[in-house]
Amino acid sequence: MTMRRTDVVIVGGGLIGAWTAFFLARRGRKVVLVEKGVVGAQSSGTNFGNLRLQGRFPGQYPLSLRAQALWEDIEELIGDRCEFDPSGHLYIAFNDAEREKLEKYAAVSESHGLAIEHLGAADLARRYPWLSGKAVAATFSPRDATANPRLVTPAVARAAKALGVEVVEQCTVMQARREAAGFVLETADGRSFGCDHLVNAAGAWAGEIAQMFGEGAPLFPAGPPQFVTEPFPYFIRPSVQAVDGTVIFRQIPRGNVILAGYPRTAADPIRNRAPVPPAKTLAAMRHLTAVVPALRDCHVIRVWSGIEGYLPDMIPVIGPSMTTDGLFHAFGFCGHGFQIGPGVGLCLSEMICDGSTETPLDPFSIARFRGAVAEDEKFRREFDLPAAAR
Amino acid sequence: MAELMAEVVIVGAGPAGIRAAGILAAQGLRPILVDEGRQAGGQGYRRPSPGLALDMDTLMGTEAGKYKALHADFAALLNRIDYRPRTLVWGIEDRRLHCVRDGRQTTIAFDALIVATGAMDRIAPLPGWILPGVFTLGGAQAVLKDQGCLVGRRVAFLGASPLLSLAALQYRKLGAEVVAVCDTSSFRDKIAALPQLAAVPRTLARGIAYLAALKRARVPLFDGVTPLAIEGEAGVTALRFRDGRGHERRIACDAVALGYGLKPETQLAELAGARFAFDARFRLWLPVTDEDGRAGEGLYLAGDGAAIGGADAAEASGALAALAVLHDLGLRSEHDERPALRRRLARLRRFQQGLARAFRWPVAALARLSDEVAVCRCEHVTAGDIRRAMDADLGPVDVNRVKAITRCGMGRCQGRVCGPALQEIAAAHAGLPVEAVGRLRGQAPLKPVPLGILEEEEA
Amino acid sequence: MAGGDNGASAAGEGRFVQAVPREAERVRFTIDGKSAEAQAGDSLLAAILVQRPVLRRHEFDGGERAGFCLMGACQDCWVWSEAGERLRACTTPVAAGMAIVTEPPAERFAHGRAHG
Ligand SMILES: Cc1cc2nc3c(=O)[nH]c(=O)nc-3n(C[C@H](O)[C@H](O)[C@H](O)COP(=O)(O)OP(=O)(O)OC[C@H]3O[C@@H](n4cnc5c(N)ncnc54)[C@H](O)[C@@H]3O)c2cc1C
Ligand SMILES: Cc1cc2nc3c(=O)[nH]c(=O)nc-3n(C[C@H](O)[C@H](O)[C@H](O)COP(=O)(O)OP(=O)(O)OC[C@H]3O[C@@H](n4cnc5c(N)ncnc54)[C@H](O)[C@@H]3O)c2cc1C
Ligand code: FES
Repeated sequence: MTMRRTDVVIVGGGLIGAWTAFFLARRGRKVVLVEKGVVGAQSSGTNFGNLRLQGRFPGQYPLSLRAQALWEDIEELIGDRCEFDPSGHLYIAFNDAEREKLEKYAAVSESHGLAIEHLGAADLARRYPWLSGKAVAATFSPRDATANPRLVTPAVARAAKALGVEVVEQCTVMQARREAAGFVLETADGRSFGCDHLVNAAGAWAGEIAQMFGEGAPLFPAGPPQFVTEPFPYFIRPSVQAVDGTVIFRQIPRGNVILAGYPRTAADPIRNRAPVPPAKTLAAMRHLTAVVPALRDCHVIRVWSGIEGYLPDMIPVIGPSMTTDGLFHAFGFCGHGFQIGPGVGLCLSEMICDGSTETPLDPFSIARFRGAVAEDEKFRREFDLPAAAR
Repeated sequence: MAELMAEVVIVGAGPAGIRAAGILAAQGLRPILVDEGRQAGGQGYRRPSPGLALDMDTLMGTEAGKYKALHADFAALLNRIDYRPRTLVWGIEDRRLHCVRDGRQTTIAFDALIVATGAMDRIAPLPGWILPGVFTLGGAQAVLKDQGCLVGRRVAFLGASPLLSLAALQYRKLGAEVVAVCDTSSFRDKIAALPQLAAVPRTLARGIAYLAALKRARVPLFDGVTPLAIEGEAGVTALRFRDGRGHERRIACDAVALGYGLKPETQLAELAGARFAFDARFRLWLPVTDEDGRAGEGLYLAGDGAAIGGADAAEASGALAALAVLHDLGLRSEHDERPALRRRLARLRRFQQGLARAFRWPVAALARLSDEVAVCRCEHVTAGDIRRAMDADLGPVDVNRVKAITRCGMGRCQGRVCGPALQEIAAAHAGLPVEAVGRLRGQAPLKPVPLGILEEEEA
Repeated sequence: MAGGDNGASAAGEGRFVQAVPREAERVRFTIDGKSAEAQAGDSLLAAILVQRPVLRRHEFDGGERAGFCLMGACQDCWVWSEAGERLRACTTPVAAGMAIVTEPPAERFAHGRAHG
């Protein structure tokens, strides 16, 4: 068996793997991107498409802002706009306690230089007459945006390929180990690859790759249920989200409203299924009509979800392995990897090429799972998983 | 008796569902029979709406007896079953159906589920097929039976289906000018299918009689037709095609009824967990069942929704599915009708395979479909959009990926109409066998549900 | 679209032909503000198409549509009520006083206020 040698192998052709490949290739590295199915068909291709900056965990702002700058440049970078739309994001509160929470989020955003508009009930009624009185206050971030997830990852992978990346689809990495001369990978179809650096960007399946190097993280698969309505005249511009987590929605210029609901639903990474229980569909529909009564008569035409990797503190793992030199992890994006995707790819490429990155990534270290990890408050509220997964 | 408490739910009140309900009721069960429609009967045995002076004897011809028998049996069943019309099943989870009835959510728990959801027309797009005035062949019949309406004054029938001549005759009887019956399959195809069609000589003879009657009435009949376009600006004005001898013809009309056989409505079976396999004879993905219709634990499929078989096969398979339910519940009758029913069903389905051969799905024409023709009428995605997406570097091959990139099959109908054509276009463009490009996966809701759906009433 | 070459869609003419009469109560309803008559129990689609050549304008291709499957499968026949309800014309019976609009009620979406 001949081994294909290269500088970097990336396991996983999702958004993270594709951007990492792209930036490494721009720095002249030889990269093989290995994907068990086709690029961008998992989480990266099924997500809601929000590029939200508001309400992020404070330690994520430098990375998120760097990523947003890349999104804003996407057409320049890869030659395809992928329906990127700086639509803004409206974070709404249903009561005073929630309003205070929004104010806290806003203070964090503003401390990182993000412009936030603070809106009261009267402002909302004037600017967004379609909102019901249920929303009493909101913050609006004009820099938040949306894009079409079904288009982005294939487009980034295409651009990476044009820069010389070898994209290998329908190829599952079964084994990976570190030898003296570097990493050795074996795939289900009998190929083998050797490389100096290995990137684990295997999404909800990344735990298996980490384990091959004696490393663990409490990663589990789940997905927020998604819904889409029939098209009707375009009247909702910003992406809207209730801070209590009950409803997230946006309308695309074609007219369809996309809506995400909680709690998240268990997903099955082995059978590759993420069914949406009907009760969730109903609950999400009710929450949406309570916020936008005009949608009452419109119809939901399709529901779906995806298989996303979550960690109990709702913070991803990004950075070097603690056990193996030359191995980098990027997984457990907990439902917000779309926004930071390009930033993660850029940072990983810098760590591999330069040994470090200007963006602080300490909070994302896998090292934190060696001690006790605090569960995020969202964790209990926004998930309902089979007991086994808890 | 615990078994008698078992809740058996049947979805679909066509011939399959009604027969299944009858057998269960005869054993003392009280099945729930759910149907989206306002009246029982399904597609083939659709009833006129109340007050319509339609003479079903003439319209149904030789099938009038069966039509009446089914509806009479249904009427006699009504007080022994729980019949729920106007109830759309839109989702399923853990042995519970989620339904909407008159804008209100309801759920129905079951121990055993018989899915008898029937079929719809299989459609091959051609230039002009989205113009007002083009309807499905089954739809043209449905609106006649249900509403007493003709879809136009000068009507052309186009496609490959035994129902072309039946529908054309029905239209003629009720006063339409049938300007052409254009069958895209050839006489040769029909000869090749004769051995299988001979499995049910009576039905074969009926088909031949329809054609003879049309001939006598001097209705222009064409076979081996290559459709070129349906023409018109604001609506259909003509059908253009090449006849079997290669002459191009243009026939003025104001409506076209279009159909290439039937495709099963399998979405509910899929959400209920049925597996699918590609059937090369029909070029359709069909749910996998045993000979009595078992498709999984507590899941039974019957009628056209399981395998295209026509009304007689629907009745037989509905009966078999119900007997399978009884058998699995431990309720066996001393006289076992199943072997006879199985033989009958096998014969009827063999005939149907013959039909699929005699009336061919136009694979080659779809491969050549010109780029500007819309394939997906909901999202307006053209054949060219599909091919361009596939041609892109790292472009999709699997139809679900084509859907993700192009939106073909993503609209209100969820790929019901465009699915079969999309498969052929994608396969031809990729140079792969059609089964290699997969099939569009079904997703809830099975049909659109209003956001403002009212909460479930307390039972 | 005046004139003969449009077949059934000639101005003022319906696309469908009521070939068989139906004994039922006459009901009045409106289509795009114009008064119309039908019989209770008619499908909305038939009631509209016996008097008009088309049903609605398509969202994306801008073309006119008149339904397709006529049996609740293709979802190509949805119209609106003035109050903003969505109605699948081929499976919805017409009722007295219905106010049908074939274009989305713009006002509802401009301000997003649901009626009632
Ligand atoms: C329904 C849903 C909605 C979401 N909404 C948003 C949102 O609005 N905004 C936002 O920022 N984020 C959102 N997210 C999260 C976001 O989509 C993800 O965080 C992001 O796409 C993760 O990208 P990834 O490349 O890590 O994962 P993936 O896209 O899952 O890619 C991982 C890839 O690795 C491949 N792979 C796995 N194992 C192997 C192996 N052994 N060999 C070869 N290949 C392998 C997989 O096939 C897969 O393609 C959402 C997620 C979901 C599911
Ligand atoms: C439009 C059309 C016209 C036809 N015309 C003829 C004809 O003239 N002569 C002939 O011999 N054969 C005709 N056929 C063939 C016909 O399908 C069979 O002969 C026979 O009707 C099949 O019976 P079935 O019980 O399997 O399904 P069907 O008779 O199709 O009944 C299925 C029933 O299931 C219901 N249903 C489906 N999905 C759901 C859901 N999610 N929730 C609730 N209810 C649901 C439908 O409303 C329908 O009433 C026609 C078929 C079609 C599609
Ligand atoms: S015409 Fe197809 S759903 Fe009404």
